[in-house]
Amino acid sequence: MDFEWSNRQKQIRQAAREFAEGELVPIGKECEAKGTFPKDLLKKAAQLGFIGCFIKKEYGGLGLGLTEHAIILEEFWRAEPGLAQVLAQPAFGSDILLLYGTEEQKKNFLPPIAKGDWVMGFSITEPEAGSDAGSVATTAVKEGEEYVINGSKVMISNGTEARFLLVFCLTDPKETSKTKRHSILLVETDRPGYKADRIQGKMGLHASDTANIFFNNVRVPKENLVGTEGNGFSQLIEFLNRSRVIIAAHATGLAQGAMEQAINYVKKRKQFGRTIASFQITQFKVAEMATLVETARDLTYKACWYVDRGTPNPKLSSMAKWWASHVAVRVVDEALQLHGGYGYLDDYPIERFYRAAKLLELYEGTKEIQKLVIGRQVLGVR
Amino acid sequence: MNIIVCVKRIPKTAEADIFIEKDNKDIKKDNLVFALNDWDGYAVREAVLLKEKFEGEVIVLTVGPDESKEVLTRCLAMGADRAIRIEEPIPNDGRLIAETLAKVIQTGPFDLILTGVQAEDDGWGQVGVALAQILGIPHASIVTHIHIEGGKAKVRRELEGGLEELLEIKLPAVLTIQTGINEPKYVSLAAILEAEDKETKEMTLEEIGFSPREPLDATIDQVSFPPTGKRAEILKGTPDEVVGQLTEIIKRKKGS
Repeated sequence: MDFEWSNRQKQIRQAAREFAEGELVPIGKECEAKGTFPKDLLKKAAQLGFIGCFIKKEYGGLGLGLTEHAIILEEFWRAEPGLAQVLAQPAFGSDILLLYGTEEQKKNFLPPIAKGDWVMGFSITEPEAGSDAGSVATTAVKEGEEYVINGSKVMISNGTEARFLLVFCLTDPKETSKTKRHSILLVETDRPGYKADRIQGKMGLHASDTANIFFNNVRVPKENLVGTEGNGFSQLIEFLNRSRVIIAAHATGLAQGAMEQAINYVKKRKQFGRTIASFQITQFKVAEMATLVETARDLTYKACWYVDRGTPNPKLSSMAKWWASHVAVRVVDEALQLHGGYGYLDDYPIERFYRAAKLLELYEGTKEIQKLVIGRQVLGVR
Repeated sequence: MNIIVCVKRIPKTAEADIFIEKDNKDIKKDNLVFALNDWDGYAVREAVLLKEKFEGEVIVLTVGPDESKEVLTRCLAMGADRAIRIEEPIPNDGRLIAETLAKVIQTGPFDLILTGVQAEDDGWGQVGVALAQILGIPHASIVTHIHIEGGKAKVRRELEGGLEELLEIKLPAVLTIQTGINEPKYVSLAAILEAEDKETKEMTLEEIGFSPREPLDATIDQVSFPPTGKRAEILKGTPDEVVGQLTEIIKRKKGS
């Protein structure tokens, strides 16, 4: 057993940290306020290899592991969650193409993602199908050589920005098993009948695009099926084993960043004639935060390790996702508390971190769903 | 043009809380983050920029323990071609470091040697200058600009009071590089992966035929925090009165 990062991983972490501190931090507040981000940021990040580094070399990536991808996003989230989310989204779902896509799909669609020319998304959630993904009702009906898609989806990352989306569709409504009725289709967003409305009024992460999307007789060739028809649900589960670990990395980064801000603050802030860091209550708080962050990180990279050795562990992925997001919400709350009233003002970045954190307990499966997965795995029941 | 850049792995102390070891000979380093010395980073970047213009090879050289490999990988990712590490704890003696580096440097041809002006940790600023003396070649310190032409380097040096010195110096030479001489560049992941395939040679003092274990010029007797100075003077009164007092103080200081 070895808990030491490799030299390569240390170098990647340092490179990601320098980029995050040099490029994300200076514009984070403004991008959050305006709800936009400079487009060249994605291009710059991609040129340095920070977008989808796990994509194989033959498809334009670097062929690194989920661990390295997690290290990069942990560093980005530590520095500026809002823009970190912007840089996490472009390759979201590309694992599905790598795992199940045809050679042609991989060759056509992955290189522009790795280059930062295109962004993609993976659309699953619907108004009546959130945690219950097996109830997705957007239909894809085969007509000759095409699928015809109808329905709508909500809260889809990159809905308005994406060049193409992977869409979780109902292809066999007659099938009684909820896990055998769906398929994943690749839909270019310039096809007639596709419409996206960007969502305004999110609690945080304003710079990133989230949209409600609509399919009105959108036609795609049958070659746009990703994987096997009827196998969408198990493909989705395989994807979630990976994507949940990445959310855990986001959460670890946010918690680390929030804690560091609190530490800097309590060392400077004086009350009753001494720094508040010198009070035992503060030391206890920081001790708890530091320990929690360490547990989140350990669980996250243990789950990464399972994925990278080719044996994803659903229990560990869900544990990492639940626990790290729980830690993020708790740590950022305590970090803001240590800022006192100043933490409530946007003079300090901690309020942005606070607003961003809550999403971590919601997307990629709520914490309750993670506990459901863990409980079933531990107890061996369905 | 073959350029050798001498680099050092240092603990980052600028934003850290510093404590002194029990024996009073060093600071505690257990909880510090280590990285490439900032000045050396500029020197490596400058060497790579010169190589882009004039071709040749950039070799990074360090004296240090196993962990120093990390800063060498960093330099290779920044564009250096190969690296050499002398396996030895970093001595606290500038001349000893310079003698060790010289032993390796003398074994091959070179046109230019770059070092940082100083190291972030001990700040002695000796190695580059001592190295030039040992090798018997010219040097310039605190260099802020390099222009190579016809076997010579035209360099700008930073002097006190915002002054600059322009000088022409015959190659081969040693230049100690000031921060800000160039624009640092982000390291790409592809460059980090490429760096792994570049050669890093590791040598012991015995292998380079150099064996002094004792410092040549200096040993550290004691490390301590600077004594606390006089208390700050707090001006009292209404804002108008305070401004008046402050103006008087500034006038006095200006006159002295």
